[in-house]
Amino acid sequence: MNLVKRIIKFYIDGFRNLDKVSIKLWIIIGIKLFIMFAILKLFFFPDFLNSRFNTEEQKSEYVIQSLTKK
Amino acid sequence: METFDMSLVDWSRAQFALTAIYHWIFVPLTLGLSFIIAFMHTKYYKTGSEKWKHTTKFWMKLFGINFAIGVATGIILEFEFGTNWSNYSWFVGDIFGAPLAIEGIMAFFLESTFIAIMFFGWNRVSKKFHMLSSWFVAIGSNLSALWILVANAWMQNPVGMRFNPDTARNEMVNFAEILFSPTAIYKFLHTISNGYVVASLFVIGISAWFILKGRHLEFAKRSILVAAVFGLFSSIFVVITGDSSAHDVAKTQPMKFAAMEGIYEGGEGVGLTTIGIVTPGKRYDNNKNDFVFALKAPKMLSFLANRNSNSFVPGINDLIDGNKDHNIIPISERMEFGKLAINAFREYNNSEDAEVKEGALKTLNENYQHFGYGYLPDKMAAIPNVPITFYSFHLMVGLGCFFIVLFGVFLFFSIKQKTESKRGWLKLAVWSIPLGFLASELGWIVAEVGRQPWTIQDILPTMISTSHLSTSSVQVTFWAFAALFTVLLIAEIKIMLHQIKSGPKNMED
Repeated sequence: MNLVKRIIKFYIDGFRNLDKVSIKLWIIIGIKLFIMFAILKLFFFPDFLNSRFNTEEQKSEYVIQSLTKK
Repeated sequence: METFDMSLVDWSRAQFALTAIYHWIFVPLTLGLSFIIAFMHTKYYKTGSEKWKHTTKFWMKLFGINFAIGVATGIILEFEFGTNWSNYSWFVGDIFGAPLAIEGIMAFFLESTFIAIMFFGWNRVSKKFHMLSSWFVAIGSNLSALWILVANAWMQNPVGMRFNPDTARNEMVNFAEILFSPTAIYKFLHTISNGYVVASLFVIGISAWFILKGRHLEFAKRSILVAAVFGLFSSIFVVITGDSSAHDVAKTQPMKFAAMEGIYEGGEGVGLTTIGIVTPGKRYDNNKNDFVFALKAPKMLSFLANRNSNSFVPGINDLIDGNKDHNIIPISERMEFGKLAINAFREYNNSEDAEVKEGALKTLNENYQHFGYGYLPDKMAAIPNVPITFYSFHLMVGLGCFFIVLFGVFLFFSIKQKTESKRGWLKLAVWSIPLGFLASELGWIVAEVGRQPWTIQDILPTMISTSHLSTSSVQVTFWAFAALFTVLLIAEIKIMLHQIKSGPKNMED
């Protein structure tokens, strides 16, 4: 428990003592991850097969059809 | 066969290329700079010198900027696999999934944990543990690269798998064969050592700028010495692994090899083109000369391909039309075998009759090595873009040779303590920073453009790998990424330049 507390304190101290550039970088990371996961992934990059089919069988059936269509 | 929407394929490829090229701006610097920092940190640990401490901290800061801007840009490639390349993702699922999962776990535990200690650990953890954390970051980031490169190598040379016709997936049957395939080993070693070269050029270039400005001279000279040694060894290693990689390509992807050298007519004792201009409009089906001008090293290409200077190297025409003397099957025959495999695959899935299924499976297995050829619209489709592959390869090699000279010269100046007075070389070093990134990107262009038309060599062509999406939806996300990446790149360059101009903190020299 003592070790866990020390680790948490280590991270808290680290983040408290960030300099200006590091804070700016964390803001950029936050904005970037938000754009990627909350906008791009959610609205523009749904998983093609998962969003259309529920089971593995349906997905393989679709791909087989797609690969063997005359 | 199905008519493919080539506009969709082209936009999907363009989007993937844009994302991969952007992602690869950050990766090589991370791979190499992490080791340079670990070495500097070790010098500080051993000597206790504040100079090494501040030197380490300065480069660590630039590493942090690069890491922060670049982190997670590779995840977009995984988004694209699921959305734009669903046929491909399903087809390779088990094989691509395992290395990527290991990469994710390694990246999380090794990089994320130890990066925090590396940045936050000054005066908070023991000096030894702190120094070791820098090494773990370097090792962790390089091991992360291993797994994605193993997955890419499998696409270039698919081994260790079995195709399951019930699920349309390739299943891993021999992990060691995938991990230790020569293609994977050479790709990994060549790629990471290239990252060391990029980082060494970065350190030398920025240090040269400080010397040119008359600032932090001792710091700059110290950094140049470390980077010149690291860069010289790395650039020589790049040549050795590049040679092994090209030898492997000659065996596993002969069409790519022919395109890299721009040779249409093969032969025995073939020369290696050192400098050349590909004849504009030269194609498989015309009689134009291969080159407008070419300077060749006699018999070297045969030696590179087969370790025998008199051996036969097939050209594009040999690979398209076949060559009985050298057991090369014409593409037209491979297309027929491929169609047999696809028809058998269809029959296997459509039939209820056990005997028919068994016969179809036998035909499929016998012809599976030609499976992808069955989708090609014509034999010309098996040829990659020769000028792009040729020029990318030769420019990359030329830059690699230049880097060896540059590192050698700076090491010599460092030993002789003459670096400060060599202003011409210092300016050249500053301008060489982007050349390292350029060479690195060119390497990927050779690997990926040269292997077209395949996403999985000989088995799955690019045109059948895409999802059935509207082209416009891919175009929208292409421009969204282009905008996002441009903004991020500008942010990185601005923050990086500001940090460089500030110079190392608390340092009088």
